[in-house]
Amino acid sequence: MAHFNRHPITPWLLMAPQLIIVGVFFFWPAFQAIEQAFYIEDAFGLSREFTGLTNFISVLSEPEYLETLWTTMVFSFSVALGAMALALGMAVLADRVIRGANTYKTFLIWPYAVAPAVAGVLWLFLFDPTLGILPELLSAIGIDWNHNLNGNQALLLVVLASIWKQMSYNFVFFLAGLQAIPKSLLEAAAMDRAGPWRRFWTITFPLLSPTSFFLLVMNVVYAFFETFGTIDATTSGGPGGSTRTLVYKVYEDGFVGQDLGSSAAQSVLLMVIVGVLTLIQFKYVEKKVQY
Amino acid sequence: MRYNRPGLDIASHLLLIVGCALFFLPVWIAFSASTHEMGDLYSNVAPVWIGEAGLDNYRHLLEDPVSSLGADVMTLLFNSMIMALGIALGKIIISVLAAYAIVFFEFRFRKLCFWLIFITLMLPVEVRILPTFKVVADLNMLDSYAGLILPLIASATATFLLRQFYMTIPAELVEAARIDGAGPWRFLKDILLPLSKTNIAALFVIMFIYGWNQYLWPLLITTDADYLTIVVSLKRMLTTGDGLVPWQDVTATTLLAMGPPVLVILFMQRYFIKGLVDSEK
Repeated sequence: MAHFNRHPITPWLLMAPQLIIVGVFFFWPAFQAIEQAFYIEDAFGLSREFTGLTNFISVLSEPEYLETLWTTMVFSFSVALGAMALALGMAVLADRVIRGANTYKTFLIWPYAVAPAVAGVLWLFLFDPTLGILPELLSAIGIDWNHNLNGNQALLLVVLASIWKQMSYNFVFFLAGLQAIPKSLLEAAAMDRAGPWRRFWTITFPLLSPTSFFLLVMNVVYAFFETFGTIDATTSGGPGGSTRTLVYKVYEDGFVGQDLGSSAAQSVLLMVIVGVLTLIQFKYVEKKVQY
Repeated sequence: MRYNRPGLDIASHLLLIVGCALFFLPVWIAFSASTHEMGDLYSNVAPVWIGEAGLDNYRHLLEDPVSSLGADVMTLLFNSMIMALGIALGKIIISVLAAYAIVFFEFRFRKLCFWLIFITLMLPVEVRILPTFKVVADLNMLDSYAGLILPLIASATATFLLRQFYMTIPAELVEAARIDGAGPWRFLKDILLPLSKTNIAALFVIMFIYGWNQYLWPLLITTDADYLTIVVSLKRMLTTGDGLVPWQDVTATTLLAMGPPVLVILFMQRYFIKGLVDSEK
């Protein structure tokens, strides 16, 4: 690559806006979070004491934190698997039909643009115990729906709203992946008398595995972080903490409970989780380059 | 040949149509509720067809202040628009410049700068929310557009994507520009920016949607109704204590909140798909 060499100042002028913003709004707060995690501060922020790993130990030994971790995992994997299975199904169908594939695409991608909080409110209305259409249908088969009282139902509500929003993202990637599979491969299998079911599981599905793996990571990250809006706008983590995820707990303990040390320690633990997920993804990207 | 099965094609079309319809269902139910008066709405289960009130609820919401919010919905839409455009354009401007420096210049600490920016990809704002709040409060930026926008610009997604694109630009182009006596600013303005038009449009779509849909950050730093965004306002409308939720207003506001980003996706679909798929690489 040819470079502009005799301009010592210009690159710094170009970099300056990004470096300043990243410095002030990313590195400064990130370091503060890490520092804070090792201190215990009084409620007014007047004095604080270095306590080493105390915050981490108390967070990790808190039964509520472990419950939250479990809820987050159940929630994330339900969302990831639901949104991916649904998207894969629709993408396979849209890839099959030659006419109208683009129209279907248009009709399926728009939920990507809907804010997580907005998706939550749409589903909250569908499930509203007084007005909702779904509780009415469910009562016909003997299910009494009230997500304000029933924790599992509340979790199901946020899972469904999150799947609804995330499906379109997965759909775009699965469709692109399917369209990249050489048609000659599938035709050859068809000539060998492999039916559509067999062709899908022996050819299409294995060839999609890099896409699926990438999407699994992205979906878990989405479920961890972006669904805060969905949860806060619908269940506020309740009832009884049944929809409280790790990010929601950081918010609750830090902003509502004002327990800064614990909240910071939780933030650092989250950073570690994200770091691991990102590393896994890099490993995958490297592998893909070697193909 | 067994490859084509007309029966399976028809079944596929049917399933796709049902799928699309089911995806649209929550929006339709919300829309029909938004065209009813509150009394009407609460007389039965949510209606599946348009009511007598028509678009009256929308008109009231856009024109008159909503009591639970202290602002009219037009103000909320305006605030969201400022935030979304600020985030999208701000991110694009700083990234175009930073990626240009990283790819086309040779200078000390180039690698370090790249890694400093790149590391920000790893931590979403949700993770460092509390300290960021403190920084913004110290800088006196609570309840301001700058406070809404700047912390969300501090990530490298756009820089990274533009860097990938710049690296595909042939070296001969830079050589030719240099031989013709064009300086770095001239090269940026006359050659690089016109070449990046499609990529910038793709980035704009993704960033606009990202900005418009922000929830946690605006929730924390805006207490003044003048800076409330529409996505955040929904929860406040839902919180009524013991009273009945004014669902006709909530559903109308919900639909207004999803309008702009959905329109951006539909009208810029080609760029949207490109932006989405590029960010995978």
